Amino acid sequence: MTTPLLTLENVDTYYGAIHILQNLSLTVNEGELVCLLGGNACGKSTTLKTALGMVSPKNGKITFAGEDVTNKNTSVRVKLGIAVVPENRRLFGPMTVLENLKIGAYVRGEADPADLERVFELFPKLKDRQSQLAGTLSGGEQQMVAVGRALMSRPRLLLMDEPSMGLSPRLVEQSFEMIAGLHQQGISMLVVEQNANMALSVADRGYVLQTGRIVLEGKASDLAGHEELRRAYLGR
Amino acid sequence: MTEQTTPENLGIGTDEWVAQHEKRLSRRAGLLGIVDFLNQKVSPLVRYLLLAIFAVGFGALVHNLYLLRIAANLAVFLALTLGLNVVMGFAGLLDLGFVAFFGFGAYAYALTSSAQLNQHWPTYLSVPAIVITTAFLGYLVSLPSRRLFGDYLAIVTLFFGQVFIQLIISSDSITFPGHEDSVDITGGSNGIPGLDQFKLFGYTFKTITDYYWLLLVVVALLLVAITRVDRTRVGRAWRTVREDPLASQSMGIKVNNLKMLAFIVGAAIAGLCGTIYAAIQNAVFINGFDMPLLTLIYAAVILGGSGSIPGSILGAFVMSVLPEILRVQNYSEILFLTVLILAVAALSKGWKRFGFNASLVILLGLLVKVISSALSLATTPTSTWAVGPVSKALKYWLLMPANRILWGNIAFVLLIALIANYSIAKERVKFYLLPLIAFIAIFVWEVRLVIEPNTTRQLIIGMMLVVLMIVRPQGFLGKTRVEVL
Ligand SMILES: Nc1ncnc2c1ncn2[C@@H]1O[C@H](COP(=O)(O)OP(=O)(O)O)[C@@H](O)[C@H]1O
Ligand SMILES: [Mg+2]
Repeated sequence: MTTPLLTLENVDTYYGAIHILQNLSLTVNEGELVCLLGGNACGKSTTLKTALGMVSPKNGKITFAGEDVTNKNTSVRVKLGIAVVPENRRLFGPMTVLENLKIGAYVRGEADPADLERVFELFPKLKDRQSQLAGTLSGGEQQMVAVGRALMSRPRLLLMDEPSMGLSPRLVEQSFEMIAGLHQQGISMLVVEQNANMALSVADRGYVLQTGRIVLEGKASDLAGHEELRRAYLGR
Repeated sequence: MTEQTTPENLGIGTDEWVAQHEKRLSRRAGLLGIVDFLNQKVSPLVRYLLLAIFAVGFGALVHNLYLLRIAANLAVFLALTLGLNVVMGFAGLLDLGFVAFFGFGAYAYALTSSAQLNQHWPTYLSVPAIVITTAFLGYLVSLPSRRLFGDYLAIVTLFFGQVFIQLIISSDSITFPGHEDSVDITGGSNGIPGLDQFKLFGYTFKTITDYYWLLLVVVALLLVAITRVDRTRVGRAWRTVREDPLASQSMGIKVNNLKMLAFIVGAAIAGLCGTIYAAIQNAVFINGFDMPLLTLIYAAVILGGSGSIPGSILGAFVMSVLPEILRVQNYSEILFLTVLILAVAALSKGWKRFGFNASLVILLGLLVKVISSALSLATTPTSTWAVGPVSKALKYWLLMPANRILWGNIAFVLLIALIANYSIAKERVKFYLLPLIAFIAIFVWEVRLVIEPNTTRQLIIGMMLVVLMIVRPQGFLGKTRVEVL
């Protein structure tokens, strides 16, 4: 009953001569919320970029929804149903909230009003702020736009790169509530986090990355109780 | 008894900041308040309508050939600015070969519509063919540049522009294999004279008025097309490519293809402008398609606000009308004083302060004059002053030292130093600095600059850009740059 949606098989990714991801394998099943944990600069963002086709691996295979996408560019993969909420959100600052949302639907053509309505239902605040420049929003509001923008392409898989970064503790909590909510709506997600506690509390499964290698994987509940992980990441 | 607060007056469900938007829209005092008012209350549609009425009225009422020629050149320049705005403003590409496409269009028209190669293509054939060919040339140039951005693209396109010029200059004696004599294709530096006039729908364009109307239609169509594109998916995507190419790519946008598209659209517009320009001039010469023109177009786009369509219009107006006005001494004098007064009014923040500042400037002038005559310093006799009406009026007020050049230079350096310090000065210092700067500016103008119109022209345009860069880095009508943190 678990059908794999995204798989990375024995992937090796380099930046120039630097070997970043080393023989990395990872799966996100249909409907699953998977978190990828790891400290600074261990290759979390690179994993997402590899999945999205922003960098190409030297070896290994990437499939999405049963299709081999290893040699497909980002545009094709977004069309197939992968969307990303990038690290630091990366909104288009001098463009309005509405324009940012519409850009999310770029690969589908002109934005569908129904999709916009869905985003506004999820984030009513954005409806009032449609014509505000995205760069002038507060951190929490920017987060909403970034998530809304990703949803505009009607993704089957949502990649999130450190959604809690730069948010106040209360907003971090809210943001994870939103992630859990999206998951309940049936969207599969791969969430990258340094905040292991929070991530494991909403995830089904998790992977732990260390200097480009997966060192630990398992059910979220198991990982949350894991001694070593506890010492390494959770004990702060 | 306290009043019960109902959910309505608590404002639940509405976004406070947005609800108060109207109230919070503040207007600045004085002259800038009027600018703000016009900005907020006059809709873009009304502005374009006013512009259209003006342009049509100009064509209908004005019969002065000199003015019409300036207007036609302005229209060509405006179309070029709009084209560069797509490349540079929308997509953010530094294309320094832009005028080469303009030149290519002009030369292509000359070669297909003159005795040079004995080709006389009908206009409805030559112009579309040239536009398509220029677009294709743009495609070819963008091929090696498609992965390039910033400085690298600038270098490649700069190279292309120079190669184009060299090719045109050296193609006046080409020997084809199997032939004895060399063939003159481009006329080298002599150019190609005697081009055919446009002939469309059975009508031959003979006078500059005919071309003025044609250009009006072309510019209007371009404006409509570009404004529409700006609001579509491609227009938005261009802006994301300019703002953040990586984020743009992660949204599934094919960044390189969009860059190429912008480049090609720009080239096609420039090619079209080239054909019309060549027909108006009735000849083509290579020196019209070099750096000076490129600089002016870039200045127009940047001045108006890169990426803004109304900005491009304003920038094109300023950059093409200004040099013409500055050519005539009387006009340039009046323009200078008008701009100075407007600048002081804008910086005064309120009409009262403006009145105060103006009185201070007048007092300052009289004071200097009185002191100098008390010390009986040598002055230039008023009869040898410049002849402009403004100068005539000013001679009762302004001190004109005997050694104009020396004092003018000293004051000029002082002026620049004061202006440079103005923006970083404290409010209290600014208060006194502004009238002082205004006075010295008038002094420098009358004493030194009025007698050297050519230098003055360059200087004024250059200074304007520098001042604008300090005061409003995003250009007149550009959107405020917002950084996403
Ligand atoms: N474009 C790049 N070029 C070269 N090195 C990079 C690039 N992007 C990331 N790196 C390096 O790759 C390593 C992993 O980066 P990243 O995946 O961003 O880490 P993180 O786990 O913090 O997201 C880091 O050492 C980083 O310096
Ligand atoms: Mg990262």
